[in-house]
Amino acid sequence: MARIIKQGALVDDPWQILALNEGDLAETVPLPTGPVIFPFDVWQAQREAVLARDIPFGLWLDSHQGPEEIAVDFGHFALIAINFPKFVDGRGYSTARLLRSRFGWMGELRAIGDVLHDQLFYMKRCGFNSFALKAGKDIDGALATAFTTWQDNYQAAVDQKQPLFRRSAA
Amino acid sequence: MYRYNPVDHAIVRARVEQFRDQVARWQTGELTPEEFRPLRLQNGLYVQRHAPMLRIAVPYGLLSSTQLRKLAFIARTYDKGYGHFSTRHNLQLNWPKIEDCPDILAHLADVEMHAIQTSGNCIRNVTTDQFAGVAPDEIIDPRPLAEIIRQWSTFHPEFAFLPRKFKIAISGTADDRALTWFHDIGLHLNAGMDGQPHFRVIVGGGLGRTPIRGQIVRESLEWQHILTYCEAILRVYNRYGRRDNPFKARIKILVQALGIEEFARQVEEEWLHLKNGPSTLTQAEFDRVSTFFTAPAYSPQADSDELLDHQTLADKAFARWIARCTHPHKIAGYAAVTLSLKKHGQAPGDITADQMDAVADLADRYSFGELRISHEQNIVLADVPKADLYELWQVAKAAGLATPNIGLLTDMICCPGGDFCDLANAKSIPIANAIQARYDDLDHLFDVGDLELNISGCMNSCGHHHVAHIGILGVDKNDAEFYQVTLGGRQGNNAQLGKVIGPSFSAQEMPDVIEKLIGVYIEHRHADETFLDTLDRIGAEPFKDKVYEGKVRRGKPAPTEKEAA
Ligand code: SF4
Repeated sequence: MARIIKQGALVDDPWQILALNEGDLAETVPLPTGPVIFPFDVWQAQREAVLARDIPFGLWLDSHQGPEEIAVDFGHFALIAINFPKFVDGRGYSTARLLRSRFGWMGELRAIGDVLHDQLFYMKRCGFNSFALKAGKDIDGALATAFTTWQDNYQAAVDQKQPLFRRSAA
Repeated sequence: MYRYNPVDHAIVRARVEQFRDQVARWQTGELTPEEFRPLRLQNGLYVQRHAPMLRIAVPYGLLSSTQLRKLAFIARTYDKGYGHFSTRHNLQLNWPKIEDCPDILAHLADVEMHAIQTSGNCIRNVTTDQFAGVAPDEIIDPRPLAEIIRQWSTFHPEFAFLPRKFKIAISGTADDRALTWFHDIGLHLNAGMDGQPHFRVIVGGGLGRTPIRGQIVRESLEWQHILTYCEAILRVYNRYGRRDNPFKARIKILVQALGIEEFARQVEEEWLHLKNGPSTLTQAEFDRVSTFFTAPAYSPQADSDELLDHQTLADKAFARWIARCTHPHKIAGYAAVTLSLKKHGQAPGDITADQMDAVADLADRYSFGELRISHEQNIVLADVPKADLYELWQVAKAAGLATPNIGLLTDMICCPGGDFCDLANAKSIPIANAIQARYDDLDHLFDVGDLELNISGCMNSCGHHHVAHIGILGVDKNDAEFYQVTLGGRQGNNAQLGKVIGPSFSAQEMPDVIEKLIGVYIEHRHADETFLDTLDRIGAEPFKDKVYEGKVRRGKPAPTEKEAA
């Protein structure tokens, strides 16, 4: 089982991510058994079949997919993941903030894909609370230092709702 | 100027340690070069032609003498004893070692400086007018809000990996001197009907390969909302800006694709959710930051105009310097002074460590220990008593900082170009030097009068050639270095892009080309007309006729596809 960082600790993670390979169609791709995180397109195309499995499942959004269309379905998801196809693709940070602050997703929000040490701090600030570090990277080192780079920040974000200027004025 | 409190210090120090750790992980191979790249860029570190280049931020152009002395120390200790001021309030070091950069950053942190977000696809150093706080035409001092924006943009967690770089400029004067129409966001501070500061928000301007004048996304925004409004703009851009092609990834392309009305609609819709939220500025915060930008302790100055008249009559060289290098000040008896970094024969914007120390001394002696960097790559001492000008001039002259050419042809903006920059199509500094040599005669230079000439070594346009009266752009033609010339660009409220006059020229031809252009002006000018006035009156044709006399005019060469990091 892969290890991920979740709520500030290393845990074994049972979830498998379904990804569409070349030639796979969202409408027809077979649904694996067990705990699966489904891509948004499969959820859309095979909604009834996914629900009929009758076990908890997660949903993942790719970087170009926004939170708008899934908000009504929050009740179905055990977790939401956001994919970073490349670490320099920063759309997922906005998606995360919107999910947390605008649409009110309270459950697990996981960063998947090209997730590296030096993104973790910003990800946490934007509302992620679990992190599947890219395979082969030093996850222990990341957990030890990446979340505490800064003790304080200027901006308001998901982890700190008030900007510095409102906190220090009090 | 702004002084760090313990939190500001801690944030910058934490960055130094983070970068030290990143360099170490890169050295052990834990970070691949590709993974390290955006991290070092967000600390201003490029890997360049000869050596790495480190770009140090000078937020909104303001420096203390202490900070400048530290820069001199760094230039001596870690570089070859000089630095280069860029057009965006940065100091660039051309020869540091990557391994030394964490230590350099630690030295900078000691004097409340950093290289944070001076490169990379993030929010860059916010820039403004070099005469902020002293300009007679100033409506509102932009510096407190510039500092507030600096803090907000520093390590903004949502906007560290944008589609492309993002630049904000802010100006508070009647006459725009901060190139606000050519930034990703340009902000004009104005007094609103309620007597409070309001912003006009301009978006989607930029130079570079697709120069576009920005458009107004909101005519009037109360100052309290500036951060939430910028967040709305950035969020729309972060989500929908193109990421498939770096040449199409700036916000200007998104604004063009959507049209300004639709873009504005999306921003306003996003803003509805953020408006009046926690990031809305408070009066207390505005007041706190503003206390750092109060006027220095001006002393009442005896009327020194008579003395100055006397001195200028007696000394022609001093008179020239006064005419070109001093500027009006809102306080009677004071002047702002530009120290020229455009000494003939030297790369525009370059400054030696010794000169930095000399400038720091001048600032301490004559200008309350502070100085500014202008986007024209000169240094400004903003608060000099007029009675001290003569003395200051003599010291500045000895340090090679008193070339009386501000606003004249040889006060060129020039990017580092092919001598240093990996992206260059052509060298730019030798062209600047050749033109300086041609116009080394001060009488001649003064006779030509106000003229802006800018040089960029490639389409990335770091030398702002698009907005120069005469713009020069390095292009690559069958692997040889050529130069394309534009005419009629300008900055300010009526900012405009120059138009290409025709086929490009070789380096050897360039001084003659410039001389011919100026010859046409001199031949046609009316009394009191500047180069630009004459050009606007007679049009570009007579200039083209002269320059291409006896030459075949073919199509313009295609620029090559290179892009700055
Ligand atoms: S304009 Fe081109 S050559 Fe000049 S500094 Fe910028 S990227 Fe380099």
